[in-house]
Amino acid sequence: MIILYTICGAALIASLIADRKKTLKALKVAFKKFIKIAPAFSIMLILVSVFLHIVTDEMIIKYLGDANSARGIGIAAFFGSITMMPGFVAFPLCGILAGKGVPYSVIASFSTTLMLVGVISFPIEQKYLGMKAGLLRNAVCLVMALTISLIIGFFYGDFTS
Amino acid sequence: MKRFIQPGITVVYALFILISLFTGFEPGREIGSNFLTFALSMLKILPASFILIGLFEVWVKKEIIQRHLGEKSSLKAYFWILLLAGTTVGGMYVAFPVSASLYKKGARTSIVIAYLTAAAIFRIPMAIFEASFLGLKFTLIRFAVSLPLIIISSELLGKMIENSSMKTELFPEET
Repeated sequence: MIILYTICGAALIASLIADRKKTLKALKVAFKKFIKIAPAFSIMLILVSVFLHIVTDEMIIKYLGDANSARGIGIAAFFGSITMMPGFVAFPLCGILAGKGVPYSVIASFSTTLMLVGVISFPIEQKYLGMKAGLLRNAVCLVMALTISLIIGFFYGDFTS
Repeated sequence: MKRFIQPGITVVYALFILISLFTGFEPGREIGSNFLTFALSMLKILPASFILIGLFEVWVKKEIIQRHLGEKSSLKAYFWILLLAGTTVGGMYVAFPVSASLYKKGARTSIVIAYLTAAAIFRIPMAIFEASFLGLKFTLIRFAVSLPLIIISSELLGKMIENSSMKTELFPEET
């Protein structure tokens, strides 16, 4: 965060010194882009706030806690796809799951779909990629997340017993 | 009809939160506080991100992006894009506007898609955090496996989009 604002501040000052007009134009571009996408952001925030209430940490722990690998990967991919949470919430939760003995393949399935597949962020994605390309990206990413989970499971010996 | 859906949802939601606040309806209050937490964490990152995007659009020459990330760029383009994605802060809500700017400056579709994917699962700060909770072995395997998959899936997706009507919907003017 501090690094981000330091870089932003330094870039802004350098830009101001180099060319005031261009800098002003850059700020206008930034503002315009933000305003255009703000409605989609607010819809996403509404969806996130409701979903986080329905899909709680306890629920995720309960459903993933006693599932075997194959079924667990599927359930984890479902939860990971429909929810959205920042890393500082997600990884501690993954740590809890690991502590409870949940297979690493299942944890990988949850965390990678969480990051790659976004049902809640789709209103935003659709604005940038369009409906069809957005759906296609999510589908491809889901396959990719499952592949990653299976390979991780293989490395941890999740499927041998 | 369609343009009333979004304001409709927003108004109903706002009323629900307000009424919950006054009547002490616990689920409503919790949803409201979820909204605030998320909105604040996003608002902390967004201004700086969008200003940097604005500066990028004004200062970076189209030829540079075209040469290094465009149609004729080599595999080295993936190195640059992974470096950029690996250091991107925030979530996909920052990655999407950045990808739009890259595309408009002449980066090819596959590279832009690779950026989006890598910004989701190939971020360095996130890796450190992940390793501290799940172990270094987990993170190392995940990154090693992700790398080829990012390149393969992006090339595939890029080609599919390029060769269809999806290309016309990609990154419309206002983004």
